[in-house]
Amino acid sequence: MTNLVGWLRFGWATLTSMRTALILLLILGIAAIPGSLLPQRPTNPVGVADYLRTNPEVGPWLGRLGFFDVFGSAWFAAIYLLLFISLIGCILPRTATFLRELRALPDAGPGRLDRLPGHTVGTVASAPAAVLDAAQAHLRERGYRVRRTDAAISAERGYLREAGNLLFHICLVTTLIGLAWGSLFSFRGTAVVVEGQAFSNTLTQYDEFGAGAAFSSSHLSPFTVRVDRFDVRFEEGPVQTGAAREFTAHVTVSEPGRPDTEQLLQVNAPLSIGGDSVHLLGHGYAPVVTVTDGNGDVAFSGPVVFLPQDTNFRSDGVIKVPDARPERLAFEGVFLPTSVSGGAGGMVSAFPDALKPELLLNVWTGPPRQETGEPESVFSLDKEGLTQLMNGDRPVTVGLSVGASFELPDGRGSISFDGWKRWTKLQVSNTPGGWLVLVSVMLAVIGMGVSLTVRPRRLFVRVAAGAAEDGEGDDVPAGPAGAAASRVSVAGLDRVEGRGGLTEEVAGLAEACGVRVTVAGTDSEEQQ
Amino acid sequence: MIAYYSSLAMVTSAVLYLVAMTAHAAEWASVRTAKVTRPVPAMVGAPAEAPGPEVAVAVDGRRTELLGRIGLAVTVVAALTHVAGVVLRGVAAQRAPWGNMYEFVTTSLAIVAIVYLVLALRSGMRWLGLPVTLLLTIGQGLAVTVFYVDVSELMPALHSVWFVIHIIAAATAGAAFNVGGIAAILYLVRTRAEARGSVRGYLARIPSAAALDRVSYRFHAFAFPLWTFTIAAGAIWAQFAWGRFWGWDPKETWSLVTWIVYAVYLHARATAGWKGRRAAVVAVVGLATFWFNFIGINLLVSGLHSYAGI
Repeated sequence: MTNLVGWLRFGWATLTSMRTALILLLILGIAAIPGSLLPQRPTNPVGVADYLRTNPEVGPWLGRLGFFDVFGSAWFAAIYLLLFISLIGCILPRTATFLRELRALPDAGPGRLDRLPGHTVGTVASAPAAVLDAAQAHLRERGYRVRRTDAAISAERGYLREAGNLLFHICLVTTLIGLAWGSLFSFRGTAVVVEGQAFSNTLTQYDEFGAGAAFSSSHLSPFTVRVDRFDVRFEEGPVQTGAAREFTAHVTVSEPGRPDTEQLLQVNAPLSIGGDSVHLLGHGYAPVVTVTDGNGDVAFSGPVVFLPQDTNFRSDGVIKVPDARPERLAFEGVFLPTSVSGGAGGMVSAFPDALKPELLLNVWTGPPRQETGEPESVFSLDKEGLTQLMNGDRPVTVGLSVGASFELPDGRGSISFDGWKRWTKLQVSNTPGGWLVLVSVMLAVIGMGVSLTVRPRRLFVRVAAGAAEDGEGDDVPAGPAGAAASRVSVAGLDRVEGRGGLTEEVAGLAEACGVRVTVAGTDSEEQQ
Repeated sequence: MIAYYSSLAMVTSAVLYLVAMTAHAAEWASVRTAKVTRPVPAMVGAPAEAPGPEVAVAVDGRRTELLGRIGLAVTVVAALTHVAGVVLRGVAAQRAPWGNMYEFVTTSLAIVAIVYLVLALRSGMRWLGLPVTLLLTIGQGLAVTVFYVDVSELMPALHSVWFVIHIIAAATAGAAFNVGGIAAILYLVRTRAEARGSVRGYLARIPSAAALDRVSYRFHAFAFPLWTFTIAAGAIWAQFAWGRFWGWDPKETWSLVTWIVYAVYLHARATAGWKGRRAAVVAVVGLATFWFNFIGINLLVSGLHSYAGI
């Protein structure tokens, strides 16, 4: 039993030692590196798939070891948890020591002062008590805490350093608590909303949604955001042509029990609605089409979201018309906001804004299918049961500019390109622990600043009655015969190296005691 | 037109830094040393004027002094042109000139130049001349040749007050890390020489290892809280722009790695067995991560911070 306790003690002492903390900190830094160089699943699933395809040997192993989700992996968590345990094991005893020091007076200091920097001795023509009074007043003025005995003073200042140091490290722990709290209760979801349409904050309306373990759908505040218009401006000048210059979504926000409000949503200006934040994350084009089926009925009409593929917004999309009769129809193709002929590759988009929009589609037809109710992606076409319309041995390609329509062969119907709208990708999120993280980090910066600028210093005065026994007191101004005389020695000590001016401060103290200063001991580096 | 004068000023400053660096290199090369016996300062109770050990001290040649002064004077002119270039760039763009790598490098290096000149003129730290002008020459040279982009408007993600706060903090912290890193490198060179007992040439003119260590520490102690603030300000900005304050974007990750390395440096300096050489090596590694974060991540890895055109 004692053996076990001994091992535990040893383990704890090792874990909480500075060396271990340093090594854990270094390992944490090194462990974060693969997460920045390899594609990561949470942010770049496509990149991970590409990596696995191009590296079939190493890829799966990296995947098994969690290298595609480094920051969510068990080993990364193990490193930082060990580090924080080590940190807490360091903070607790240090806080206790610091509080004890705060309540106690400065300690008496070393037995001999003559080894300390700035050591000064001299004989003074006043009584020991008077010398100590003068020294005490001098030190108090300079913010020192003073411990005085009959024949000695020890003084210390700079307690804020350790206070700042502890504040910083405690704030690191509360930051982690805030992050943990956030990851339990937070949620974040995105939804694509076409101009003129609205998003209601319920789970079913999200395209992507992620939440912490303690999240429940009742945490979503009930509101609706309608995107009335989305303005976007691109650089048209010669420098950085095509770069985005402005995104502004004009939205109408509805909340239960409140009048609707019109608001502006911009990239750095999220909306805050009922505690949730709404951010503008992206945008794209939704061509508006009308599809008439073989029976002559309008089988589909409206905007269809296409996903941008390059910086000039060449966008891919699928128009599904399952209700077309006698045969259902589907169209697959690209939307080019500014279409130009791009050589061998056919048409490309030359600019991100819709200057000369064009829609290029392939057509698929098939017999009507039973609605299964199974969810399917709106961005990809399940071609089972469908045949592509061919013109000889080449697929039929429908090329439409705005306002044009195309009659499908053999009376299968027609499609018209009525216009286009922009869509916006909205993100709704709520991170409850955010304020704790923010306050912690701010306090941590302040604590760190204090601990790195405040430099504790200790000063000592020793007094003995009587003149110097050897010849050292020669330069003391002669007092009246028989008057009190004291032999004084003064010295100082910096707890932290790297602070200048110790000799000067000791000299000042000696002068306050009445000693004519002849500095002994060197501090020649001090002036650098 | 203003943009043209800005570029002209930048290129001129790069050339002038090169001239200054040449002068400082000549200054270092021109130092002659002599072995002298340095008297040990009198201790109380010790016999006065005890003969000290033999040490090599630089003999102050007038040529060395002249070359050093020329280097410093040229650096002053270069820094003035450099600052003018940065200011004109801001005027031409009608915004804070920190929108891309070119603007960030030139601003950060202008801070390095100013800090160095203050130290050299007021605290007699001209011994930083050669490494600092080397850094400025390489940095400004890269800026005007590789990183240069024409003046343009900012993209929407940069339209924020945090643009000013986050980037000026990063530029200032970066400048301080660089000067601190230079001091750490000089420290390593000087301790090596001291350990071998052959402090010769210009090395005899730069401060002792202990003093270099202290200079290095002070710059890092200034830069580290500022770097922490930079990351925090970036996180707040990210919350506004992207709706999450931390997302393990490559830039964020490497900022944290840099932060961790410098945290290790500060702790190492206070830990037995790590202080001295090992801590200085950590500081140099920190500088390397800082530069990798700036250049490597911007150019090699795509992430949310790849907005700069270059």
